[in-house]
Amino acid sequence: MFGDYSIADLSSIFVMQGFAGLILFSVYVLMALGLAIIFGQMGVINMAHGEFMILGAYVTYLCSTFFQAHLPTLFPAYFFVAMALAFLASGALGMLVEWALIRHLYKRPLDTLLATWGLSLILQQAYRSIIGPREVGVELPSWMMGSIPVTSTIDVQINGLFVMAVTVVITVAVALLIYRSRFGAQVRAVMQNRSMAGAVGIDTEKVDRYTFGLGCGIAGIAGSAFTMIGSTGPTSGQLYIVDTFLIVVFGGAASLLGTIASAFSISQTQSTLEFFLSGSMAKVLTLLAVVAILMLRPQGLFTLKVRR
Amino acid sequence: MTSPVQSLSKAVTVNDNPFMKPVEWLSLALLAGVILVVLPFALDGFRLNLVGKYLTYAFVALGLVICWGYAGILSLGQGVFFGLGGYCMAMYLKLEASSIENTKIQSTPGIPDFMDWNQITSLPWFWQPFHSFPATVLLVVAVPVAFAFLISFAMFKRRVGGTYFAIITQAIAAILTILIVGQQGYTGGINGITDLRTLHGWDIRTDSAKFILYFVNGGLLIACILMAQYVKKSKLGRILVAMREKEDRVRFSGYSVAGFKVFAFCLAAVFAAIGGAMFTLQVGFMSPSFVGIVPSIEMVIYAAVGGRMSLFGAVWGTLLVNWAKTSFSESFPDLWLFGLGGLFIAVVLAFPNGLAGLWREHVEPRLFRKAKGLAPMPAPVLPQSAPAE
Repeated sequence: MFGDYSIADLSSIFVMQGFAGLILFSVYVLMALGLAIIFGQMGVINMAHGEFMILGAYVTYLCSTFFQAHLPTLFPAYFFVAMALAFLASGALGMLVEWALIRHLYKRPLDTLLATWGLSLILQQAYRSIIGPREVGVELPSWMMGSIPVTSTIDVQINGLFVMAVTVVITVAVALLIYRSRFGAQVRAVMQNRSMAGAVGIDTEKVDRYTFGLGCGIAGIAGSAFTMIGSTGPTSGQLYIVDTFLIVVFGGAASLLGTIASAFSISQTQSTLEFFLSGSMAKVLTLLAVVAILMLRPQGLFTLKVRR
Repeated sequence: MTSPVQSLSKAVTVNDNPFMKPVEWLSLALLAGVILVVLPFALDGFRLNLVGKYLTYAFVALGLVICWGYAGILSLGQGVFFGLGGYCMAMYLKLEASSIENTKIQSTPGIPDFMDWNQITSLPWFWQPFHSFPATVLLVVAVPVAFAFLISFAMFKRRVGGTYFAIITQAIAAILTILIVGQQGYTGGINGITDLRTLHGWDIRTDSAKFILYFVNGGLLIACILMAQYVKKSKLGRILVAMREKEDRVRFSGYSVAGFKVFAFCLAAVFAAIGGAMFTLQVGFMSPSFVGIVPSIEMVIYAAVGGRMSLFGAVWGTLLVNWAKTSFSESFPDLWLFGLGGLFIAVVLAFPNGLAGLWREHVEPRLFRKAKGLAPMPAPVLPQSAPAE
């Protein structure tokens, strides 16, 4: 396996694959953050999470074409507008879905799973009918293209760096929101003990709605970041949903730190294996390892000790 | 009009616990009549083969009624067992089709064509048992059961259940699909195992063979229904329901909860595997598109539409959804996904007991208002809350 490479080559390979893994890690973290809030905090299985992500990606795509056609001078900065719009669009749709569908099913998690799967089919077909079945890609502004040479054998892509920066900012913002803000305290209170939270005057239904909206909004940002590194089609979201669920479960459902740690280990394992094996075998081995570990340690990597 | 309470007490006093109540015998007769008599007369060979294909999915739905409806274990990986059963059968048929005479143009005669295309020169070890027909029949059931046992034993012993189990089974469906597609040389890749010809020397591609296979399939389905009915009626079935409702109480009463759950899951896997093997025989190929996440969750909707607590409902639900799918995708391909998505949501929000529930609430009371001798079944009610994990 290592036969034909020198030590210097190998270390460059590991660094480059590590960097590719970091980009994958960023997308995973962004997707898993939204899911960790929805599934980890609320216990709702949202199979349409990938479609909320793709909504964000499509909003970014529409923004990119709009800015190109009408506001070419502002084009270098369109991405920030697109990300905000993606958050709002996915978040608003999420709140609508919570009101129409999810709130009737809080006591039946398995049924939520089926209903949100139905929702994901409807959204996929809607994207196909409205935007078209072909995959679309966004036009990157010039400052995001190209790469920075670190050494003679190692290059780092700028768009990858940008995605990582976005991930760090969003992760910190979510952590602050959940663990330091008044809203976060209310969310955690409702999730830990709904009736007591209601008794002390928290509007639990409102908290549910905003929490679900927040999770979906973050999925929208994930989709927006996703357009930087890949093209978007109506079924792109479905490709990531299993991985994302495994990440959240593997990390320990209620722990943000666990989510990040598991996203890191899964993405790094996968991208390192990808170099030595075929892509499909790398994925199979990674997922199998995760499933095997989950069978031995069902509570995941990090667990919260909460009396239920 | 008989109130549910009266009819319940009547059913109990007339006979303690009959294998099937009169209504159920009637439902069985109706189903058997439609499948084995009406459809073969009414449909041409092509359509009948299509119905036969649908009925292979009904095996899966039947397993889900026991596993999900009664035991409360939602598996999103039934396609795995359907696929394993189907692949086992397909491997046997493929080896028979790849005899030395048939494959003499290959660089290595006697192995399946896709292996030859992928520069594999000898038959891998896991293909070897499929030279023998009895071994194949055994493996069609044994491989999925062993796999189901492995998954479920590890998880239920550690008291993993509910949504976690669903997600893990879904991940396993994804893994198996990627594996089959990736290992093209050993499995036939994305195209699956195609060009199947004979079963033990009997050409399965002729019209008469398809006609016979349809009846074999229908007969097996009825046998599986009776077996599921036996499980449902036995003490075991009651423990499954008790477990779904209050798992801890069953555990505290001294029952091995994990053992019963493993049994229910393995039984569902057996049904799915039989369906998969019959699918391969009737349709003439097997491919990873029947293994993955999407087909697996579609199989859940068959059971949900029919009624997750009703064995007969599951079969009718499978037929109805597939018939709708075929006719919609023929004429309005765009609308089908909207329809299917809407069906998922409707079946959860509006009628959680499916067709069988609608039948019991609206048709049966009217039907039995006059014929009081036939006491209607007390409707099993769906739990409002999830089983405790």
